[in-house]
Amino acid sequence: MINQILELWRWQDLFSNWPRLLTAFGNTLQVALLALLLSLFLGVVFGLMSTSNKLLLRGISRVYVEFFQNTPLPIQVFFVYYALPYAGIVLEKKLIGILCVGIYTGAYMSEVVRAGIGSIPKGQFEAAASQGFTYIQTMTLIILPQTVKIILPPLVNQMVNLIKNTSTVAMIAGLDLMYFANSNATNGYMSYGPAYLLCGVLYFFICFPLSAWARNYEERLKKRDSQQAKELEKVEEVVA
Amino acid sequence: MIESINSVFTPDNVMYIMRGFANTVLLAAVSIFFSIVIGTVLGIIRSYGNFFLRKLAGFYVEIFRNTPNLLWVMVCFIAAPMPGRFGRICFAYVLFTSAMMAEIVRGGLNSIPKGQFEAAASQGFTLAGTLWYIVIPQCFRRIIPTMMSQVVTVIKDTSFAAQVAFGELLFNTKDLQAKLPTYTGHAVDFTEVCLLYGFAMLLYFVLNFTLSTIMRIYQRRLNAATNQRTNN
Repeated sequence: MINQILELWRWQDLFSNWPRLLTAFGNTLQVALLALLLSLFLGVVFGLMSTSNKLLLRGISRVYVEFFQNTPLPIQVFFVYYALPYAGIVLEKKLIGILCVGIYTGAYMSEVVRAGIGSIPKGQFEAAASQGFTYIQTMTLIILPQTVKIILPPLVNQMVNLIKNTSTVAMIAGLDLMYFANSNATNGYMSYGPAYLLCGVLYFFICFPLSAWARNYEERLKKRDSQQAKELEKVEEVVA
Repeated sequence: MIESINSVFTPDNVMYIMRGFANTVLLAAVSIFFSIVIGTVLGIIRSYGNFFLRKLAGFYVEIFRNTPNLLWVMVCFIAAPMPGRFGRICFAYVLFTSAMMAEIVRGGLNSIPKGQFEAAASQGFTLAGTLWYIVIPQCFRRIIPTMMSQVVTVIKDTSFAAQVAFGELLFNTKDLQAKLPTYTGHAVDFTEVCLLYGFAMLLYFVLNFTLSTIMRIYQRRLNAATNQRTNN
């Protein structure tokens, strides 16, 4: 592996494919971004459902969270890619990536949102009700803005997981960054050293700023505000 | 429906899937054992080591926290210095998961109050003695729930090994789907595929749900115990 990394011609060979590399990197970013939007949307919706006082809504969101947190993402991707065509549903690989990764991460996001809402003192809800706020007004104007500050670090950590999980698309030959690396590593000159190193470095450069930011934010919050630090700890206990 | 069940779940097929499940559990168990050991050592180094070692452990943790597990499965499958396929795949999971465990252990160590160290020092404990007898037992009690959810993650992530054709649950399920027409003598239909994947998902779900339920109960007891202690 080390030998290969030191051989310059392998790198030249790898980068001679740069249009494909660029497309692959673009695909990874695209899947990650759209899956992120989907997962945030699902996270807020199911997070709110799990804190509602209707048993049915709570039940639905529980089933969603438990199913997706306890089965692997690859088997969900495989099911959509290999099994759904038998029912006449054929989806594009990129769309499969967005849907599967988005719905999977949505379950984790929903737990974050639920824990965040749970950390807001009850008095806030009662005060809002006493002023005649409707449910939607209470949530969007009072509760959710306050939770954002607390749930930001775990949310960003889930974002990092989401980006890493987009690599699952490579298992169905999804033309993302990981697939590019793997096909270069196992075809032609078998330049696995440079291919995997480049792939790892690129993933690292997207993920590291996010996870470093989340940790700094968390440490600053802990120093600045012990009350919120306690709430954050509670949120993390539920989410971890 | 009954017909489909009979044609999919013949004794041989069920045995094949269960063998995959056994491999999944074995891979997860071996990886988790070694990554807890290595992760604990790394976590301690990261908290109490000298400057150079601390930075080195931090570097290791950051690399694995910010790159996909699948990448390491592929890399180690080709390049890990281990004999045998199983060893090389395990190596990938141990590398990756020990970084996660190190972070969890570090979080637990941070939550131990400084007074514990001072009290131990006043009683003549060495640093190693303090860690082994006083700090680590307290730390582990706190981080077991977090560790359990990491264990669930590892069990789910073993399915990445299907990418390198290791016969674990996901790989065997997919393999069986491809072979099913030759066993049944007719083209596979949607019901049969759903049964197949549904069964595999159920196996994963039962294992992981059991573990996470145990974890939740443990956490609730732990919280109740700490609340009682702080109230007294």
